[in-house]
Amino acid sequence: MAAGVGGTTGAGRGDTVFRILLTGLAAAIPLVFLALVAQLAWSSWPSIKAFGFRFLTSGTWDPVAGEFGAGPMIFGTLYSSLIALLLAVPLAIGVAIFLTEFAPLWLRRPVGTLVELLAAIPSVVYGLWGIFVLIPLLRTYAIPPLQAALGWTPLFSGTFYGSSMLAAGIILAVMILPYISSVSREVLAAVPPSQREAALALGATRWEAVWSAVLPYARPGLVGAVVLGLGRALGETMAVVMVIGNRHDLSVSLIEPGYTMAAVIANEFNEAAGLQRAALFEIGLVLFAVTLAVNALARFLVWRVARDSAAGSKAL
Amino acid sequence: MISRVARRRLQSHVMTGLTVVAALLALLPLFAIFADLVVKGASSLTWDFFVKNPPAAGATGGGVANAIVGTLLVVGVGSLIGLPIGVGAGVYLSEYPDTAFAKAVRFIADVLNGTPSVIAGIFVWTWVVRPMGHFSGFSGGVALAVLMLPMVTRTTEEMVRLVPNSLREAALALGYPRWRTTLGVMVRTAWPGILTGGLVAIARIAGETAPLLFTTLGNLNFKTDLMQPMQTLSLQIYVFATSPFVAWHRLAWGAALVLMGMVLLIGLGARWVTRSRMTRG
Repeated sequence: MAAGVGGTTGAGRGDTVFRILLTGLAAAIPLVFLALVAQLAWSSWPSIKAFGFRFLTSGTWDPVAGEFGAGPMIFGTLYSSLIALLLAVPLAIGVAIFLTEFAPLWLRRPVGTLVELLAAIPSVVYGLWGIFVLIPLLRTYAIPPLQAALGWTPLFSGTFYGSSMLAAGIILAVMILPYISSVSREVLAAVPPSQREAALALGATRWEAVWSAVLPYARPGLVGAVVLGLGRALGETMAVVMVIGNRHDLSVSLIEPGYTMAAVIANEFNEAAGLQRAALFEIGLVLFAVTLAVNALARFLVWRVARDSAAGSKAL
Repeated sequence: MISRVARRRLQSHVMTGLTVVAALLALLPLFAIFADLVVKGASSLTWDFFVKNPPAAGATGGGVANAIVGTLLVVGVGSLIGLPIGVGAGVYLSEYPDTAFAKAVRFIADVLNGTPSVIAGIFVWTWVVRPMGHFSGFSGGVALAVLMLPMVTRTTEEMVRLVPNSLREAALALGYPRWRTTLGVMVRTAWPGILTGGLVAIARIAGETAPLLFTTLGNLNFKTDLMQPMQTLSLQIYVFATSPFVAWHRLAWGAALVLMGMVLLIGLGARWVTRSRMTRG
């Protein structure tokens, strides 16, 4: 931009002081980051030393014996996020296609704003709604027919107590939907109109133009939007801790309780000491590393499609 | 037999219809949650709700005055720390965009933006709560500032970058020093946008709960001392919703309605600031 201008005008001292001041403020961000990484590594060291790689797969969580493993929590984090993605992705991409391709112009802004309003609802309010509205609804209307039809599969075996993997997955789906749909919208809007027009000119129907011209062009960006949603789901804490049941057992059943990495930190950190606290820090370290990798991948994918629009930086 | 063209047209209509269904399904939870908040929360909003503290476990009556005041204080501390640093860092990124340091800061800000908020909680617990020896409203404010910082930085950068470079060149040509050009022309022109970004960030942190669990901790009593454990609406909703007491459940819904109202009001304020800039510009 205007690099170097300050130096040549000879305005001198004021500019130097100003630049040092701004640099100092900007340095706060890498400082926080370094302090965070150093602290997570330092605090989890006793646990890393005691359990090694076994920590990531072991299912034992025994504060009395001092034996800890994060296997069920890592599984629960991935499993609940997968359920959330399966539910949210078709909806979110459907919304994005509707809003960029089909909806009348006057409808696009208000509907888009309303969907994004889902992102404004605090996590703890989602949890409250999950406990008192969603879980009773599931208990009355969804679980009995599901168990009658699919009770023989491992997915619906066991007893439904309310708090469950399914409840967490549904709440997470609602929470990540606005993120996926808003980035998908930006990505679809960034597809050059010529792609659409060429397909239509060749005689494609409006849907065929979307399916065969717009979506293939946008695919990496859409995948990026989904990966971004995954990043959100992996780290979500309060809503999950309130509806997932917080049980240290590994089960593929959707209707049984589970645990996630974020939830176990939220639930047990204040009561933990010694090796248990170190184990919780190590879970935090793993969660931090996973979300970092996932978010970096999402940013790269969105950037590939929408590098010229504001999509990447705005949404990420 | 329907013709190929008719079939393709039908397919197009069906798929369009499915995207409409997706939009309706996406809006369903929004309306359901807002309706439940109003239906279950509004009846709690008595005078007592705003001026009294929570009742003892199992008792009825009372309010969430302590949590409302605590939320304002903790969010206030977070904003006082997070906003100035974030705006300064954002101005740095927009003014010296291509230095290696700026690129690193930008990347790290984005990384921090995606970090789960519960991690900010254990981070601030280690650096603030443990050295101080006790939980406090102040440490919660620090945790919220950590969450705010990268958001404010990136929006500020974008807003200042939207200002046409010709304004900068005009100011420099008139002999303004660099720092006055930046503050008096660039930042001043971008100010409504920076303010909007700040308000959006405040709305985001006002509803945060996870980082406050290990910092402000929560408190059933009325506290204005920032060095003491403090209640916030979000913590109160969590504790009350997961308790077995019906009276506390009612207060949780009321608190959720108030919190949602606060978040929406701040969000509306942000929109209003943006709009007033648009009509004036």
